[in-house]
Amino acid sequence: MVDAQAVVRMKAPLNALGFLKRYAAVSAIVVLLAFNFAVTPNFATWQTLNVNLTQVATIVIVSVGMTLVIATGGIDLSVGSLMAISGALAPLIFLSPFGRAHLAIGNILAFVVPVVVAGLLGLFNGWFITRFRVQPIVATLVLFIAGRGIGQVITNGNLQTFKNPSFQFIGLGRVFGVPCQVLVMLALVAAAAWTLRRTLFGRQILAVGGNEKAARLAGVPVAPVKRWVYAISGLCAGVAGLVVVSINSSSDANLVGLGMELDAIAAVAVGGTPFTGGRATVVGSLLGALLIQLLRYTLLANGVPDAAALVVKGAIIAGAVWSQQRSMPS
Amino acid sequence: MSALPANANPTVRSRFSAWASQQRVLIALFLLILFGALRYDHFLGAFNVLSVLRYNSMFALTGLGMCFVIITAGIDLSVGTTAALASVVSAMLSPMGVLPGLLGGLAAGVAVGAINGFMVTRMKILPFIATLSGELAASGTALLLAHNQSVSVSYDTDFTWLGQGDFLGFPVPAWIALIAYVYGSIVLNYTSFGRNILAVGGNEEAARLMGLPVDRVIFLTYVQSSVFASLAGVILAAQFGAGQPAEGVGWELFSIAAVVVGGTLLTGGVGSVATTLAGVLLLGLIFNVLNFENGMGWISLSAYWQSVVRGVFLMVVVMAGPGTAKRVVRLGQTKTG
Repeated sequence: MVDAQAVVRMKAPLNALGFLKRYAAVSAIVVLLAFNFAVTPNFATWQTLNVNLTQVATIVIVSVGMTLVIATGGIDLSVGSLMAISGALAPLIFLSPFGRAHLAIGNILAFVVPVVVAGLLGLFNGWFITRFRVQPIVATLVLFIAGRGIGQVITNGNLQTFKNPSFQFIGLGRVFGVPCQVLVMLALVAAAAWTLRRTLFGRQILAVGGNEKAARLAGVPVAPVKRWVYAISGLCAGVAGLVVVSINSSSDANLVGLGMELDAIAAVAVGGTPFTGGRATVVGSLLGALLIQLLRYTLLANGVPDAAALVVKGAIIAGAVWSQQRSMPS
Repeated sequence: MSALPANANPTVRSRFSAWASQQRVLIALFLLILFGALRYDHFLGAFNVLSVLRYNSMFALTGLGMCFVIITAGIDLSVGTTAALASVVSAMLSPMGVLPGLLGGLAAGVAVGAINGFMVTRMKILPFIATLSGELAASGTALLLAHNQSVSVSYDTDFTWLGQGDFLGFPVPAWIALIAYVYGSIVLNYTSFGRNILAVGGNEEAARLMGLPVDRVIFLTYVQSSVFASLAGVILAAQFGAGQPAEGVGWELFSIAAVVVGGTLLTGGVGSVATTLAGVLLLGLIFNVLNFENGMGWISLSAYWQSVVRGVFLMVVVMAGPGTAKRVVRLGQTKTG
């Protein structure tokens, strides 16, 4: 069905208005950029670019995994809580007696262990969904609730502060002037976009999301594909958790990743990935996140209070999804 | 009804499984209360019972609204910030008296609900995204009105009575929740609005073809959810003496969890008001039992354990539940296509 519609749409003549509606995020970004260049003081600087990219990086990193999950027709509400767990584990490792005694090994473990743990918890989400045939929204609600609690329990709810330049490189470091997390973000976006377009796994993800029954009949290993997708989402959340605590030089399990699930979902939705699954665009999610970020920056830089920016953000999410729905025959 | 023989069987089956899971949540609630009553001295004492009811009445109200929305196969992510907005509005109006405070809060709820309902029914935006926008808008409005600070309520009027007062020896918020649940139960089981809600959730397309006012039913369900959420917000302001614009974070997902624990299917078409209340109380009592257990001195679990225990509890319910497992429908898959 989806494919047939896609073919029909390809044959239909592309007019300018249809293009604008389909690429609403790009159009809006262009408009906002033009506005900023004209109005906002000091906009066209390297620093402005870096500030915005740095702030948006964690949302994009989480959105990459979320896009793959939504491509299978699912959703992952647990990402914020997994960030809290990952962010809580890393300082525990490099601040432990072992981590202090063996700095290099401690730092490597502080990178690897939290990400792996978050990935395994994501795998648990996938297992729960496929084994018990539970709706993704309910299944991932379990770790949304329990996950932050786990992060709070292992740190006893305490704020962990630290100064560890080699670990914090992921959040504070720069490569040729580009913030490290921006490179991580771009690498993950590129890898996920390539996976979706060019690999068997990517085709399988879209097949599962497009029509699960047909995919199963066609021999797609539906359950393993789903488990992997949720594991990847967990891994992305784990990386994002490390970035956040590195930037803050502290880890607070009560706050790390709070509300991130909805930010990431909003970015994916604005980016044009439909929630019905079967179609997905990782680059779109990147653009969606950039649009939301740019909008907020524009408002703040021109003296609009943050609270009003929230209202505008809500309107832009609804407006973007609405315009995409109108431009797509369904 | 007899015109749809093909649909009859699965409906009966899913109704049965829903009934089974409804009984289970009541049994679980009974066992937890029994456990507490036998183990702790003052568990069933008036003070503990009344304070549990007073506090959880807010979540009972958001859960009730959410229950109706979920029965229509929708979802409402805005209940938490709607409560925050209502708490701010009612606190600002509280110097004028109880009624203006209450009505102001409810008006805020009607506004948010109408916007949500408009987005879902007219703009055809998925409930998840539409109410996510509503959530942000309500939160932003609350922060704007309150200038990012909590707004103290007036103690010159009787406004705090709504949250702290008693009526016939029973907390006022608990009365409000009780009346809301009686209303909800009657509406769902004995009115045409309730039947329409069930029909829309069961099969929206069929309901449309039968000539039911589908859009109006869905619209009203979202308004109702926001009204209950704003009622919870008014109670929040009255109980803690301040309108709190930043409160309500995570209430929406907690309410969804309570509805799921109560055995209502997220696929829509089936659900129960009474077991939603049982779900709310069950999740609330876990915290209470944990406090008592700490008081016994055998263990010392921090308050943080309550979310872990709640999560595990939700997992066990879902694992054991034939209800949620029977029909797997992807999020966002609209039945009209």
